[in-house]
Amino acid sequence: MGSPGTGAEDTPLARASGTSPGLKPPPTKRSTELFLLAFGAVLVTAALVLVEANQEKELSLNIIWYGLAYLVMLAVTHLAVRTWAPYADPVILPCVTLLNGIGLVMIHRIDLGMADVLVDGEPWSAAAPKQVMWTGLSLVLFCAALKLLKDHRTLAKFGYVSGLVGLVALILPGVLPGFIAPTINGAKIWLRFGGVSIQPGEFAKILLMVFFAAFLVSKRDLFTIAGRRFLGMDLPRARDLGPLIAVWAVVVSVMVLQKDLGSSLLFFGIVLVLLYVATERAVWIIIGTVLFMGAAVAAWRMFTHVQTRVDNWVDPFADPGGAGYQIVQSLFGFGTGGLFGAGLGGGRPDQIPEANTDFIAAVIGEELGLVGLTAVLLLYTVFALRGLRNALAVRDTFGKLLGGGLAFAVAFQVFIIIGGVMKLIPMTGITAPFLSKGGSSLLANYVLVALLLRISDAARSPQAPVKPRVQQPAIADQFTVMVERPK
Amino acid sequence: MNTPLRRVGVAMMVMMMILLANATYVQVIKAEEYRTSPYNVRGRLEMLSRERGSIIAADGTPLATVTPIPDKDRWQRVYANGPMYLPVTGYLSNTYGSNGLERAENDLLIGEDDRLFTRRLSDLITGRDPKGASLQVTINPKAQQAAYEALGDRTGAVVAIEPKTGKILALVSTPSFDPNKLAVQDGQEEKAYWAEVTQDNPAQPDANRALSWTYPPGSTFKLVVAAAGLEEGMDKSTQVDARPTITLPGTNTELPNFNGTNCNNGVNATLEQAIAQSCNTAFAKLAGDLGTAKLREQAAKFGIDDQKYQVPMTTAASTLGPVPDQAALFQTGIGQRDVQVTPLANAVMVATIANKGVRMKPYLVDKILGTDTATVDETKPDEVDEAISEDSAQLLTEMMIAAENKAGGAGKLSNIQIASKTGTAEWGVGSTPNPHAWYTAFAPANDPQIALAVIVEKSGGKRDGAATGSLVAAPVGRAVISSYLGSR
Repeated sequence: MGSPGTGAEDTPLARASGTSPGLKPPPTKRSTELFLLAFGAVLVTAALVLVEANQEKELSLNIIWYGLAYLVMLAVTHLAVRTWAPYADPVILPCVTLLNGIGLVMIHRIDLGMADVLVDGEPWSAAAPKQVMWTGLSLVLFCAALKLLKDHRTLAKFGYVSGLVGLVALILPGVLPGFIAPTINGAKIWLRFGGVSIQPGEFAKILLMVFFAAFLVSKRDLFTIAGRRFLGMDLPRARDLGPLIAVWAVVVSVMVLQKDLGSSLLFFGIVLVLLYVATERAVWIIIGTVLFMGAAVAAWRMFTHVQTRVDNWVDPFADPGGAGYQIVQSLFGFGTGGLFGAGLGGGRPDQIPEANTDFIAAVIGEELGLVGLTAVLLLYTVFALRGLRNALAVRDTFGKLLGGGLAFAVAFQVFIIIGGVMKLIPMTGITAPFLSKGGSSLLANYVLVALLLRISDAARSPQAPVKPRVQQPAIADQFTVMVERPK
Repeated sequence: MNTPLRRVGVAMMVMMMILLANATYVQVIKAEEYRTSPYNVRGRLEMLSRERGSIIAADGTPLATVTPIPDKDRWQRVYANGPMYLPVTGYLSNTYGSNGLERAENDLLIGEDDRLFTRRLSDLITGRDPKGASLQVTINPKAQQAAYEALGDRTGAVVAIEPKTGKILALVSTPSFDPNKLAVQDGQEEKAYWAEVTQDNPAQPDANRALSWTYPPGSTFKLVVAAAGLEEGMDKSTQVDARPTITLPGTNTELPNFNGTNCNNGVNATLEQAIAQSCNTAFAKLAGDLGTAKLREQAAKFGIDDQKYQVPMTTAASTLGPVPDQAALFQTGIGQRDVQVTPLANAVMVATIANKGVRMKPYLVDKILGTDTATVDETKPDEVDEAISEDSAQLLTEMMIAAENKAGGAGKLSNIQIASKTGTAEWGVGSTPNPHAWYTAFAPANDPQIALAVIVEKSGGKRDGAATGSLVAAPVGRAVISSYLGSR
């Protein structure tokens, strides 16, 4: 936010300033977006300079090229938004690109820190160049999505198709054999083609949200029919619970089979919120939470890897060098960073496991301190709240539901992963949107942003032009009529 | 649909507030605990990335230096003659921490000591990388080398001190190991070597026997008993009990002389003869006559008083033990029973006699040198106590000259008069044929420049008659004295 122009369109002054209010289109705010994007680019370049200065002890001209390349990527993206979604929210894209930029700098910084560390006897392979490539691809996909999707309501027509594709994408890694769907860090959620690994679950998240939004909008009445009243709550009829139970069963069982607890929690949370928003009945949240708790307790009793996670959450220092190692090192990172951090390039990311993916928040906490972590969390908050605001403003129910779901998905994902690495909740391995290394996550999340921008464009663009009222000339300008005196 | 959407917005805000609150808890309230946790290696890693100061010998010989690791922001510690100087420098390991001076003077070596404040400030202003101070130690490389080579592959220790100042001239412990092999950057290599020198090795090369281990002092302790006697008014010719054996009071246990031999005529002897021949019965009886309080007081004045030295490494404490009854007192008088001393403490004891009865505080760090090799600080010799009168010291010296003349063993010096006392100490059940061999001495007797204590554990494998202080330990001490005085 922070731009002086933001929000001014609603003030009486802004409205009064036009000489013919009915004709002038509302401001697009694209210049605000451009200014914010440039501000983010400057921040990111400055961060890169600091990292290079602290780690390499010398600065090369390369930094200017990196900075310019980043700027060019943003400029192209900005032009795409200007062309294809001129009324889109001006704050969302700058938030996202700044988070993405911080992520790139941190991943590069971790590469530098790991340069002389052997991982399982192998030298560290730099992750930043790949991530830059993925960022480029993501921005291309982002622009393509804006170009191709003229109206988000089109998606509602493909609700069932995307639901089916999403479900397949979700299940695929779990059922395919190991050579194409390898188990990495205990989770079987990747597909590998040649040298490229993708996580179809990241895309399934969006596809399933489209499905649920479309499904719920068309079948809203089904879910709002009251069943029996019990303990002051209007319980749904048992047969209306069917779809929810089905989703719950599929998601939970798939996730338990793939040992991906974080995504399981994320999916289920999103479904619950969509149900709640669509039906306006909090009872769904209660029923869903009870169902999920049941599944969680069952999983805890049945699976040792779940027990390990819970034990490490309760007391990571019981086995600080073994099972609790990751979370203990993460806490050390946060603690050592303290209020103001060790400075960019001054921390010890080689001590934090999975530093550039799941635990990237710990590296930020160590190097930028509580202050930097707070800034990152606020960026996420602003991003999610702007998304939600546009969902409130958009006029169609599908847009509301999808926009609200997407915004919540980001916030909830941040809560799960950052809460996990800070020992607020048990640790589950998911990515921090836009920050963590990972091509699939980046691609999917930029598509998510494109959808949010498309919805915000619909929310903010002027409605079908109203027929201007015929203006009456002012009294003074009226021609005079000779009034004849009655005879 | 807007009402539930707004509530979702509130829920999102609440989640972020919870995250922020938790971040504050972890990064502010728990921060100190996490920062200082023993499992948090960040502090040590920071230490390793500093350009560490050097450790150099008294004559400027480098003992521990650093070289930059190519392409990395780190420094490689290099120990010249690592095993020989290990008891001085200690080791510095990425994984296993440090000991010796590396640990005791870490603040100076990494440049964080308060004494370096002004230099740190100027580094900050001029933008120089912070660099540690260097230490010039009191070690004389000739004495150190002579001691290390004379001990050879036997297990033992040598501590040599300059009597007038308390400077430690030699500090050797064998067997030793190479600290260079723990300073490597390859974790696997380091791990393997660590296992080799610690848990897998019964010889315990990682132990600093000169400072951290205690042994029964055996007959070398008779100097303390004799000193107590002299302070009570005895002199060299005072007659003492010289029977071949005596019965420990209140028991049926016989306490014989070494090999059951007669002392002098087997009835009585002068104090000088008793020292020279190291008569057990005479000193057991003398200790009994003096009483526990007097003996303990005298031992304390020599530094055997349950106190730990800081040289600056913290040493083990030397002690007389509890001495519960008269029988124990008799055994204590000949340096057995529960008497335990470090080689350092024994060296301090003879150095005190050599320094006319004045005990100096032993020290290892002579000068602290800044980056430009200017002296930042210098240790001043510190007088701790007057253990005995100058007259008593003179009498003890004469008796020790007699002892040296009487003692056998190789390496006798023709041109230098040594004053010494040997010891052959039993150290536990079944140790009788295989005792520890001691040699405490100073030289030249008329103007002492060096005082030392040598211990060879289990007499280096010699047994029975061949296992004595004079035959096993004395040649080591004489070699050190010879090369130190010859080098001057």
